[in-house]
Amino acid sequence: MEPYLLSNAVVVALLAGLGAALVSAGRSRVWRDAGRELVRRRPIALAILLAYVAIGLLDSLAWVSGSSGGAMPGGDTVSLHKPRSAIDRLFPDDSYREKSYSAPLAEREFLGGAPLRHPGRHLLGTDILGRDVLYQTLKGARVALLVGGFTTLIVIPLALLFGVVAGYFGGRVDDVIFFLISTLASMPGLLLLIALIMVLGRGPVQVCVALGVTGWVGFARVVRGETLKLRELDYVHAARALGASDARIVLRHIVPNLMHLVVITFVLTFSGLVLSEAVLSWLGIGIDGSWGRMIDQARDELSRDPIIWWNLVSASFALFGLILAVNLLGDAVRDILDPRTLRERA
Amino acid sequence: MSTPAAPSTCESAETVLDVRDLVTSFPGPNRRIAVVDGVDLTISRGETLALVGESGCGKSLTALSILRLVPKPGRIDRGTVRLGGRDLRALPVAELRRVRGHEISMIFQEPMTSLNPVVTVGKQVIEAIRLHERVSSALARRRALALFEQVGIPDPASRLDAFPHQLSGGMKQRVMIAMALAARPSVLIADEPTTALDVTIQGQILDLLREVRDLLGTAILLITHDLGIVNELADRVAVMYAGRLVEVGMRTDILSAPRHPYTQGLLRSMPARARRGERLTEIAGVVPPPGQWPTGCRFAPRCTRAFDPCARIDPGPTRLSANHTAWCHAVAREEGSPPAGGAPA
Repeated sequence: MEPYLLSNAVVVALLAGLGAALVSAGRSRVWRDAGRELVRRRPIALAILLAYVAIGLLDSLAWVSGSSGGAMPGGDTVSLHKPRSAIDRLFPDDSYREKSYSAPLAEREFLGGAPLRHPGRHLLGTDILGRDVLYQTLKGARVALLVGGFTTLIVIPLALLFGVVAGYFGGRVDDVIFFLISTLASMPGLLLLIALIMVLGRGPVQVCVALGVTGWVGFARVVRGETLKLRELDYVHAARALGASDARIVLRHIVPNLMHLVVITFVLTFSGLVLSEAVLSWLGIGIDGSWGRMIDQARDELSRDPIIWWNLVSASFALFGLILAVNLLGDAVRDILDPRTLRERA
Repeated sequence: MSTPAAPSTCESAETVLDVRDLVTSFPGPNRRIAVVDGVDLTISRGETLALVGESGCGKSLTALSILRLVPKPGRIDRGTVRLGGRDLRALPVAELRRVRGHEISMIFQEPMTSLNPVVTVGKQVIEAIRLHERVSSALARRRALALFEQVGIPDPASRLDAFPHQLSGGMKQRVMIAMALAARPSVLIADEPTTALDVTIQGQILDLLREVRDLLGTAILLITHDLGIVNELADRVAVMYAGRLVEVGMRTDILSAPRHPYTQGLLRSMPARARRGERLTEIAGVVPPPGQWPTGCRFAPRCTRAFDPCARIDPGPTRLSANHTAWCHAVAREEGSPPAGGAPA
């Protein structure tokens, strides 16, 4: 199967999974109320996040134009059969490139002043290789969402598994898991990340896995502590007195009572991970096409005179907007799901 | 209300739960401390046995030991717990899980925290039903509805979908009782079932327990420190002090003619029995914490009738009638039997 078809399938599967999760959460009154409250409290942040997600999804659905589409003048056959995403299609083909820098909406090149191929069409200018900055910025959304979303999907199950098992069973099991947690936590995170990426390779998935493997420790600790508390609660004792097995107690009584933590952690980890990727990019081991990579490339341009700012500003604002929206949502989610405020509203 | 009239003997054929020489210990600074120390209990079908004592005397731990739910690092060291002919202490864990909730269940003191806050009460009752029986979810729901009606929850159909925080304490305790009764156990352990409730609700829950006992023939082990509740519900009473039984007898024996000085002291300190304007009598001193229990009779340091052997020799049982036993040297002397008993300390 063509790789782009596979990635399309993954996107569809993710959307389906998300939809199913939302539907099942919608059945529970608690979650429905929480969702409604979130929309009421943070409509703008939610809209911004949805816009990012929409861009990322549009960029993830790619298809090949039919060969009957007619060859563009100068377009070679290879580029015709390249799958292009919905975002790619908002822009003209590769021929959209200029020779080098141009300022936003400029008519002429920044250096030298030669006329551009597409004067006044580059909303955010072009970079050193003449690539459209707006295009790159939009493409960065997908990378950021991948880093944040995919990695959290690695972090949360790992942390839940280890945290709940350690907290619930205690004793020897707890010792072993807590030793692992402490060992991982005692290593400088960045160093471990760099080492892992060197071992695993530099692809986007590899970077996500590396971030995930180093990132679950903190949440696992929280989960362990919370499980230690939950396991001594009366309803867990009551379930045991009624003959429930350990597996049932964990799945029915412990994990559901950790869900508010999971949601909060998901949101807060997400923004942290996107920022971590930017740092990695700055060190030269990030993912190609990320905002971090754009910022890294724009580093030297700041020292030029006259200054070339559009590159850096676009990527930084895109990053800033996403992180701010997610953090604002995270705060709201934490307030809404905090058991104390939950009880007040009940 | 109809209490079983016939005062059945201890070793009647209908004995459902028989606890012998139960010892449960916790690690202390130097050695393991037996917090429950050689307790014997017997309950017959449809009978209510009240286990009475001050806080920390080991009555709750006795209940947990019966179910083998002693929290770590506690351990059951000795004894047998026979339920319907099987020794629960010898059962493998998987087997034991089938017994818990099915043949013997327990309700706890604090209904506020005994229900999972994120699951509707209906689902929790359904789960309790389906733990022990393979029934369809539709049938389980109908059974849950019937259980809700049985425990007197008004508007049961809509209450099934309520979350615990939407119910009052009394309602929650009714839900707990419904869950405990889901599989029709032959024994129900009720650990201070009404302590956290206000007085009117207390009465209702006691009525419900009485109804359950009379209707289903469930034997109830009622753990309480409230002699008023004992008077309302119990058929027989076992009084515990510092991990040991001190007196066991029929309700009337214990409440009207107690023999052990501790039981007498407990009754004298009940406000309802004191005469208006008189100072309430109390038992001097406090219960010593586990590990600092004296040798000989554990009540001796606080006892007004203690004499020579009390501080040295464990008092053995003195049978006063078929159903009435006290562990006390003073009682033994009154009865004219020699200060028989346990091992010299």
